[in-house]
Amino acid sequence: MAANPMTQFEVYRIGPEIKIGSIDISFTNASLFMIVSSLAILLIFNLGSKKKSIIPSKIQLLAELSYSFVAKMISDTAGSKAKPYFAFIFSLFMFVLFCNMFGMIPYTFTVTSHIIVTFMLAAFIFIGVTIIGFLKHGFGYLKLFVPSGVPMVLLPLIVIIEIISYLSRPISLSVRLFANMMAGHTMMKVFGGFVISLGIVGGWLPLSFSVALTGLEILVAFLQAYVFAILTCIYLNDALNLHH
Amino acid sequence: MIKKILFQSIFFNFFFLKEVFAAENGGMPQLDPEFWISQIFWLTITFGVLYVTLSKFILPKISSNLERRKSQIQENIEAAEKQRESSEAKLKEYEEIILKSKLEAKNIFKNVREKVIKDINSKKEILDKQIDDEINDAEKEIETLKNIAAEKINKIAIETSSDILKKLIGTEINNSSISAIVDDLTKKNKDKYYGS
Repeated sequence: MAANPMTQFEVYRIGPEIKIGSIDISFTNASLFMIVSSLAILLIFNLGSKKKSIIPSKIQLLAELSYSFVAKMISDTAGSKAKPYFAFIFSLFMFVLFCNMFGMIPYTFTVTSHIIVTFMLAAFIFIGVTIIGFLKHGFGYLKLFVPSGVPMVLLPLIVIIEIISYLSRPISLSVRLFANMMAGHTMMKVFGGFVISLGIVGGWLPLSFSVALTGLEILVAFLQAYVFAILTCIYLNDALNLHH
Repeated sequence: MIKKILFQSIFFNFFFLKEVFAAENGGMPQLDPEFWISQIFWLTITFGVLYVTLSKFILPKISSNLERRKSQIQENIEAAEKQRESSEAKLKEYEEIILKSKLEAKNIFKNVREKVIKDINSKKEILDKQIDDEINDAEKEIETLKNIAAEKINKIAIETSSDILKKLIGTEINNSSISAIVDDLTKKNKDKYYGS
């Protein structure tokens, strides 16, 4: 059997070991692709915002379409109150999207296929949203756990379920992205391995599958970034406009 | 600082998780905590830099440009609306002018026509009068000529009859007696020869 399909997710050190005290913060391939993604985003959007022509050039149009796409997504799900958080959600969407997309290039590393990365993002969002909720509504934010129009008998049960669902938000958010990316890349690797092992005679079927999977994975890469951003918007909406 | 402590607490939670998964060999490199801190560190730096750069430098430019385009389009639409209104007003003015000038032309035409008709009528009257006068004159002349002709005929009749009688009879006859006879005859036959 060729390479283990999981080896593509291995993180290894690039350059010397960097340590602060006893904590290892060495530069790794994951760090490299985080920087590459960020730089690509900054490059594209810097080029797209440099010239301020009334009739946009292609790259300017790309930047402006992305801007209005995210702006529309936020205003549709979280309303106009979410405007101060636009830059954060825009960066988040672009970061996840570019990390996913860079992962689609062969021999690259997919930053978002690591639970620790997605969990950090999700935890940051969760904590931030909770802080915003308490700052905006004080202890009234706890009303989020008490849906209106529920019979008194069921209320304790419902409140417990609501609290559990609220607390599981960062986990579901991070695991969704991480599992999608990991599963997709593993599957592509497995099918790629089949192509090798079946050779020129039977390798065509897994190869065609691999091609189809590549298309699907590009779709998933976009979709997961979109889902990640839109769920952030929904959580933000809960914090900004209490509905219950 | 708070963030760091938080990261560490989460890290230790996952460290515990790793102990659970460790039993099933090292299948998932994601659950190997060796580089977790490093990833968190670099994620914080790159995402932080990305967020700050986008929010401070790039996104305001894009948004201002979008805003500018929107306002420009709005302005252009307004200007076009204004020009349309003014052109409509001008069209109305133009139509009014045309209507007015049409009326004027009609009036002028009417006036001229009346004048011409009057002129024609007056000239016609004058001409009619002249014609009538001339006819009258001619009739008078004819009347006088008629009268003169009768007398002349009488004279000729007398002279010729005296001549004829001289040749027939050979002697001269008194003119007065002949003229009496001729007069008598002309009176009798006047109606026959000249009408009335």
